[in-house]
Amino acid sequence: MSDQLSITQDSFGSILARAFRSRSFVIGFILTAIVALMAGISFFWTPYDVTKLIVSDRMQPPSAAHWFGTDHFGRDNFSMIMVGARNSIAVALVAVGIGMGLGVPLGCWAAACGGWIDETLMRFNDLVFAFPALLSAVMITAIFGPGAINAIIAIGIFNIPVFARVARGGALSIWPREFILAARASGKGPMLITIEHVLPNIANLLLVQGTIQFALGILAEAGLSYVGLGAQPPMPSWGRMLFDAQTRMVVAPYLALFPGFAIVLTVLGLNLLGDGLSDTLDPKLRRQR
Amino acid sequence: MKPWKSILAAAVLALASSTAAMAARTDLVVGVVLEPPHLDPTAGAAAAIDEIVYANVFEGLTRITETGEVAPDLAESWEISEDGKVYTFKLHTGVKFHDGTDFTAEDVKFSLDRARAEDSTNAQKGLFAAIDSVEVVDPATVKVSLKYPEGLFLYNMGVGDAVIVAPESADTNKEKPIGTGPFKFDSWAKGSSVKLSKVEGYWGDPVALDKVEFRIIPDAAAAVPALLSGDVQAFPNAPVGDALPQIEADPRLKVVIGTTEGETLLSMNNKKPPFDKLEVRQAIASAIDRSAVIAGNGTGLGTPIGSHMSPANPAYIDLTGTYPFDVAKAKEYLKAAGLENGFSATLKLPPPPYAREGGQVIASQLRDIGINLEIVPVEWADWLSQVFKEKDFDLTIISHTEANDIDIYSRPGYYFQYENPEFNKVIEELKITNDPAKRNELLGSAQKMLAHDVPAVYLFELPKVGVWDAKLEGMWENAPTQATDLTKVKWVD
Amino acid sequence: MAAYLVKRLLVGLVTLLAASIVVFSVLEIVPGDPAQLMLGMNATPEAVAALREQLGLDLPLIWRYLSWLGGFFVLDFGRSYTYSVPVSELIAERIVVSLPLAIISLILSTAIAIPVGLFAAARRGKAADAVSMGLSQFGVAVPNFWFALILIYVFAVWLRMVPAGGFPGWSAGLWPALKALILPAIALALPQAAILARVTRQALLEVLGEDYIRTARAKGMPWRYVLWRHALRNAMIPVLTILGLQFAFLLAGTIIIENVFYLPGLGRLIFQAITQRDLIVVEGVVMLLVVAVIVVNLLVDLSYALVDPRLRSRR
Repeated sequence: MSDQLSITQDSFGSILARAFRSRSFVIGFILTAIVALMAGISFFWTPYDVTKLIVSDRMQPPSAAHWFGTDHFGRDNFSMIMVGARNSIAVALVAVGIGMGLGVPLGCWAAACGGWIDETLMRFNDLVFAFPALLSAVMITAIFGPGAINAIIAIGIFNIPVFARVARGGALSIWPREFILAARASGKGPMLITIEHVLPNIANLLLVQGTIQFALGILAEAGLSYVGLGAQPPMPSWGRMLFDAQTRMVVAPYLALFPGFAIVLTVLGLNLLGDGLSDTLDPKLRRQR
Repeated sequence: MKPWKSILAAAVLALASSTAAMAARTDLVVGVVLEPPHLDPTAGAAAAIDEIVYANVFEGLTRITETGEVAPDLAESWEISEDGKVYTFKLHTGVKFHDGTDFTAEDVKFSLDRARAEDSTNAQKGLFAAIDSVEVVDPATVKVSLKYPEGLFLYNMGVGDAVIVAPESADTNKEKPIGTGPFKFDSWAKGSSVKLSKVEGYWGDPVALDKVEFRIIPDAAAAVPALLSGDVQAFPNAPVGDALPQIEADPRLKVVIGTTEGETLLSMNNKKPPFDKLEVRQAIASAIDRSAVIAGNGTGLGTPIGSHMSPANPAYIDLTGTYPFDVAKAKEYLKAAGLENGFSATLKLPPPPYAREGGQVIASQLRDIGINLEIVPVEWADWLSQVFKEKDFDLTIISHTEANDIDIYSRPGYYFQYENPEFNKVIEELKITNDPAKRNELLGSAQKMLAHDVPAVYLFELPKVGVWDAKLEGMWENAPTQATDLTKVKWVD
Repeated sequence: MAAYLVKRLLVGLVTLLAASIVVFSVLEIVPGDPAQLMLGMNATPEAVAALREQLGLDLPLIWRYLSWLGGFFVLDFGRSYTYSVPVSELIAERIVVSLPLAIISLILSTAIAIPVGLFAAARRGKAADAVSMGLSQFGVAVPNFWFALILIYVFAVWLRMVPAGGFPGWSAGLWPALKALILPAIALALPQAAILARVTRQALLEVLGEDYIRTARAKGMPWRYVLWRHALRNAMIPVLTILGLQFAFLLAGTIIIENVFYLPGLGRLIFQAITQRDLIVVEGVVMLLVVAVIVVNLLVDLSYALVDPRLRSRR
C-alpha cells in the first residue's frame, strides 16, 4: 500500500484529458465502449429475435446472414452475444456495487475506530475471504437453486472484503494527515471526517479497484454460467453459450469461438482502462490483486 | 491427405484382423453416462445401477430378455395355480454366489421377504405388494402365495429390484456386490470406472468376455473422442448428440438406433388451475410441434407418441393424430377455456438434455398462443421433492423410463393429479387379466383415454443411440429394461 | 515473535470455527430430502422414514453439528448419503487428482512467469517488454475454461494427441495419468502465469530502483549478476506472497476445469454431491477448501512477519 497518496483536486475535465494521453486508457476505453454500446443497442434492436427458436435453422456456420452462425436452436449467435453482454455487465456491475456499498463503509469504519472494532471487522473480512466466489456460489446454489441473482450475490459477497481492505488501507494512510488533525481540532466527528475528507481522497483508489473487480466479475460470471450456476436459459449469457458449445465442438467449433472472444475483449478492455486510470490518477499507485 | 489415410487404415485393419484370427479379444470397455450411487439394485432407483449389474452380476427368478419378454433365470420353471394366486418356482441347482456360498430356496425367501419388509429400502416396493407369503418347500422349490392375482407378477420378478441376494452379503452389496451372475465385481474407482471379471464355473451358459470395464463418461465432449479413438469399444446409450453423423461415418463403428421404454412427457398438474380445464390441456397439446421438439434435441432422433405407450410394445396404437399441431385450433381451445389472452406458468426442468433443451423449444412454441412459461431448471433432488412429492408445479418435462407403467395415471396422489374413474376401472381389470389379447385390448382403451384427456402432452419415445465396435456382437439393440446385458457379447472377425 | 505466532494461530482457529458454523448452518437449510432421492420416485414413505433414521437425519441439529465438527479432528467427515462410504474415503480418492493438478499448474505457471517477468524487467521499455506485457495483459483476460475448450479442440479433437477428458487413474501408470492432466494443468496455469509475470516484473523494477542495486552497479558488477544475485532474490518476497494467494484461486479454478475435462477430482465431487443432495459430502469438501485457503493465508501472513518485523505490531 502506498503511503504517499498525492492529493489531487484537479477538475474532472483535466483528469480526463490526461487519461486520454495514456495508450492503455484509450484502447481500454474503446473496447469497453464497444461492449457497452452493443449491450445498449440490444435493448432496442438485435439482428434477430433471440427469444424465437427456429429449429430448422440450427447450427449454421457463419455467413452473411448470420455473422457468427446460429446455435443449436437456430438462434443468431451475434444477437445472442449482444444480449449476453447485457447480462455480463449487469451482473458484474451490481456485484461491484454490493462490494463497494458494504465493503467501503466497513473499511472506513475499521480505520476510523481502530482497536477491537478494527480487529473484529478485519477478522470477519478474513472469514468472508476464505470463501472464493465459486464456493459461495456453490453453497448459494445448493440452497436457492441456480440463477443470475444468486451469481450476483456470490460475486458480490466476495467483493466485500476486497473493497473493505482497500478502503481501510487507504483511509489509514489519510488519517494521520494534517488536514484531518485540523478537522478533528475543529470538533468534527469521525463520521463527518470520513465523509468530508477521507472518502474524497480514497475515491481514486476505489475507482481503480472497482474497474479491476468489474473485470473479475465478468470472468466470474462467465465461469459460473458455464458450470450452470449462473444465468439460466433462455436468458443468453456468454458462459452458458460456451457450455452449450462444448458438446458440439467436434462439429461446430465456431460456437465456442465467438463468446470466448467477447469475454476476452471485455475483460481486456476493463483491465486496460483500470491500468490507464491508475497511471493517470496516481503514477505511484500500485495495482492490488 | 485422404488417399494415404485410407490405405493406412486398410493396412491397420488387415494387420488387426490377422492377429485377431489367432485369438479373439476377451476384454471390453463399455461407456456409461451416469455413475451409480452404489451397486445394490435392491436398494436404489438409479438406472445406472441396473446398467452395470443387471444380468451380469445379479440374477432374479426370471429375467427380461432383449425383446422385453419374460424368460426363466434362477427359476428353471414354474407352475401357476388355477386362481392365479400361487406360484411354485423350481430352482436351478448347483448355483453358487460369488463368495462361494450355495444358492438355495432360503435365499429366495430371504430376498423377497427383505424387499417387502416394513423397514425395506427397496425403491420399488410396489412390485412386491401382491405377495402374501413365501414358503421354502425344499432347497430347490419355492412357493409364493399372492393376496390377489397379479398379471405382471412374473415380469416383476425379473426386474433389477427383485434380484436374489444372499443374507451373508446383502448388507455390503452397495459397495461389494455379490450375486450369482456370470461376472463378478472386481473394483470401483469412484467417478471413473467399475470393473468386472468372468466367474469360473458359472452355472449357466459360459460368457465370452474375461474382463469388462464400465467407464463413466457423462458427456458428448468426452464420449465422442473416446469412441473414435477406440478407448471405449461400446456405448449402449451414447450421449453423442450433434456429433452422430461423424460417428456414423466411421467404418470401424456401428451405430444402432433402438427403442426404449422412455415416454417423454410434458406433464401437467391436472388439479391446478388453469390446467384442470380440459380445453387448456388440449390447447397446449395442439400448440406443440413435436418434430421441432425432437429436432432441437441434439441427435434429432425420437419417435413421436400420442399416448403413454412405447411404439415397441405390442399393445401400442398410434394416437399422434389426436391433437395435431395447429396454432389456430390451439387458440380456439384457449378461447373456449376463457383464456384467449393467454396466461403465465412455470416449467420445471430436470437436468437431462431432453428436458433442458426440449423445454426451451416448447416455451418458444407456447409463447405463440400467448402462454408465457418461466423456465425453472431443477436438480433431480428438487424435482423429486417439489414436483413428484409436493406436486408444486405447473408443467414439467420428464421421461418415464419404466416399462409397463401406464397404471401410474390411476395411482392416487401421483404427481399428475389425474383422476378418471373410467380409467382406473380399466387398470383394475388389467391387473387381474393374464390373457395377452385381452390385456392388449384393455391397454388400447387406456391409451385412448389418456390421449383424449391429455393429463400430459405425449412428446416422443426416447431413442437409444447405441454405438459399438463393428466387430462386437451380441449387444442389445433395444432397451426394454435398463440393462447392459453382456452375457451374449463376443468379439468376432 | 512467539506471542504474535500464537495470536495469529488463535485467530486462524476462530476463523475456521466460524467458517464451519457458516458452512454447516447454510447447507442444513437446503431443501430436498437425501433419503427420498436415494430411493427414487416410487419409494414408499415408510421406506424413506426408515432410511432417514439409518442416516441419523432425525437427530437434533446441534447434535449433528457437534458430531460433524468433532469428526474433523480424527479425519472423519461422516458417511456419504449416496455412496454410503466414509466421506474421507471419497475425498482421499479425489484429492489424488485435484492436488497434483493444482501443484502441476502452480509449478507450470511459476516456470513460465518468472523468466518472462525477469526478461521483461531486464528489457524495460524496449519492444520485448511491451510485447511480453501485452501478451500477459491478454492472458489475464482469458477465462481458463475457454482456454481449456480451445486446447481440447486443438490437441484432443483435431490432433488426437491427448485424451479429451477423463482420468485413467494412477494405477494405469504414471504416464497415462500425467497425460490426462497435461491439458487441464496448462489451461489453469497460463492465466495465472500472466498475472504472476506482471507481479514479478513490477517487483523486480522496484528492487532495481533501490540504492543498493545502484551501488552494486556503480561498483562495476556485471548486470546479469546483479539481476540474478540481488534483484531476483529480493523481489521473490512479493512474488511468493502472490503465489500463496493464487493457490486459493487455483483450488477454485480446479473446480471448473475438472468439469471441463471430466476429471474425477474434488470439484466434480462437489457438483455431483450437490445434484445428489449429498450434503455431508458438500460440507466436507467446502470445509476442506476453506481450511486450505485459511491455512495458506495464515502462512502468507506469517511470512510477511518474518520478512518485516515492523509489521508484527500492526497487523
